[in-house]
Amino acid sequence: MKNGGGVEDSVVVSTDKLVRTFRVGRSELVALKDVSLEFHRGEFAGLVGPSGSGKTTLLNIIGTLDTPTSGTATVLGERVEKLSPGQAAALRSRQIGFIFQTFNLLPVYSAYENVEFPLLLLGLSSAERRKKVTDALEWVGLADRAKSKPTQLSGGESQRVAIARAVVKRPELVLADEPTANLDAENSHKILQTMVGLNRDLGTTFIFSTHDEKVIRYLRRKISLVDGKVANDEARSPNTD
Amino acid sequence: MTILKLAIRNLRGAGIRTWLNAVALSFAFVAIIFGQGMLQGMNKQVEDASTAFEFGGGQYWQNSYDPYDPLTLEDAHAPLPPVLDSLATAGKAAPILVVAGSMYPQGRLKPVLLKGISPVQKVIALPTAALGDTTEELPLLIGSRTAASTGLALGDQVTVQWRDADGAFDARDGRVVEIMHTSVGTVDIGQVWVPFATLQKLAGMEGEATIVTVAKGMRNTPVVEGWNFRTPGYLLSDLRQVVQAKSVGQTVMFSVLFLLAMLAIFDTQVLSVFRRRREIGMLVALGMTRARVIVLFTLEGALHSVLAVMLGTLYAGPLFIYLNRNGFTIPGMDTFGYALGDKLYPAYTAGLILGTTVLVFVVTTFVSWLPTRRIAKLNPTDALAGRGT
Repeated sequence: MKNGGGVEDSVVVSTDKLVRTFRVGRSELVALKDVSLEFHRGEFAGLVGPSGSGKTTLLNIIGTLDTPTSGTATVLGERVEKLSPGQAAALRSRQIGFIFQTFNLLPVYSAYENVEFPLLLLGLSSAERRKKVTDALEWVGLADRAKSKPTQLSGGESQRVAIARAVVKRPELVLADEPTANLDAENSHKILQTMVGLNRDLGTTFIFSTHDEKVIRYLRRKISLVDGKVANDEARSPNTD
Repeated sequence: MTILKLAIRNLRGAGIRTWLNAVALSFAFVAIIFGQGMLQGMNKQVEDASTAFEFGGGQYWQNSYDPYDPLTLEDAHAPLPPVLDSLATAGKAAPILVVAGSMYPQGRLKPVLLKGISPVQKVIALPTAALGDTTEELPLLIGSRTAASTGLALGDQVTVQWRDADGAFDARDGRVVEIMHTSVGTVDIGQVWVPFATLQKLAGMEGEATIVTVAKGMRNTPVVEGWNFRTPGYLLSDLRQVVQAKSVGQTVMFSVLFLLAMLAIFDTQVLSVFRRRREIGMLVALGMTRARVIVLFTLEGALHSVLAVMLGTLYAGPLFIYLNRNGFTIPGMDTFGYALGDKLYPAYTAGLILGTTVLVFVVTTFVSWLPTRRIAKLNPTDALAGRGT
């Protein structure tokens, strides 16, 4: 299902009666149940809920890392459940950036190389890569730590490298799974400010999965998930004081 | 190309682990080339010496001649056919008459083979020119091993006995005019070389021969009735079998060494896939397919072999070149039973080096790939959470 014109164009992600179940031993665990949502270009939205509410599962499906058991998920015009592994990888490679709670930086690479990695996969020239990586590191304020290895970076710095890596290819969509869970208040604030800035300057859509109040304060849309179902979906004014 | 860059970067990042594996693998790589080079050198040396001193470009054997059956020797002589005679006249063949006999150094009986050969022949490398000494009635050419076992020295006189064509015993005193040094024991031990014409006359076998050795490189050897042509390959087959038997033992040893190196690579890969689950998940999240991740991990493993070859070349290359040029002495080399000479010159051929390199690369790649198959079954969401495998 490709996007049409007009208002539909601004829809980046849509899910329709999305269900995801997992088999645990002999029983079946329902992680998502009839989730129907739409996310528009430039949104700064969050999936909020306690552990086990299905936030990460939904984020994984939107990120094409997982497929629904039933229902549909359309991401940037592509039906997730119909994508081959290669097509899903291509979509992630070009259009989707990921930020994780545990940063997941490649340990043997420097900060520069970590940020450069997605561009290598895209086959960009060395000069193009250098410019984009330098820009990305500057956005997150880590130009001076380009040569540092992940072990030499603080938690906040590591997460900022992860953000730079997620946005360096200028993706349409950035998915952030509990991005501040391992950070203190000050670092969380800095990280969120960085993401707000990128969302504003680059028009990138951010979808968070979080139960962290610090993150929730920044959201312009809050979708509450309870037991795999959308309990509430509200637009809100961010409070970043 | 990207995958290769990433694999190199990962290997570089793995630091000491990479080098430990590469060093272990390089030992196996160098040991295989060293050992095989030694065997090839041995083979070449033995074949070259045997060709130069004994077999030339092949031999015609009189029909009854069987070197493994001394009893056939009595009948193993026949008039030299014109075609072989003309080859000998042209310097392209050396007829040899073989007669069973004995000699009596210091009064003790020593069974020998008397071999008559032309003093002017140049077909084989024996120093037969010394037999052209016309002042001696029966000049004798012996090898250093025979000299040592009989106590004979240059200029010594010794009684030589043989049976002539009619079966009658006859004897003469001969004088040692030359003691030759050759690595080819089969032209030395128990052999006494005398002038061809003299032996023909003494044995009553005028115009006859037992063997005709043709010059090396001679093609289109004619078919001669009553004589069997034995090619160099046929004549060298015994020696080749000896070398081959030695190579089997060595192959077992190298296989064990290689297996240990492969085990190290396999272990590293298993550990790598386990330890790097999150990384695998992240690579998939960043846009790599699991197939590409498998290629990346396999390539990382396979590149150990490239490093091993580079390392091996660095530390073993100069040694191999030195040994190839200067050879080395193995204690008791003379007792190996075949023509090795004083020094062994290993032969490190391009085929051997390329073949070993390809073998090491292919096996390392395969061993590296085996553990990475788990990645295909790994769910990226589990991998990202550090679960799975």
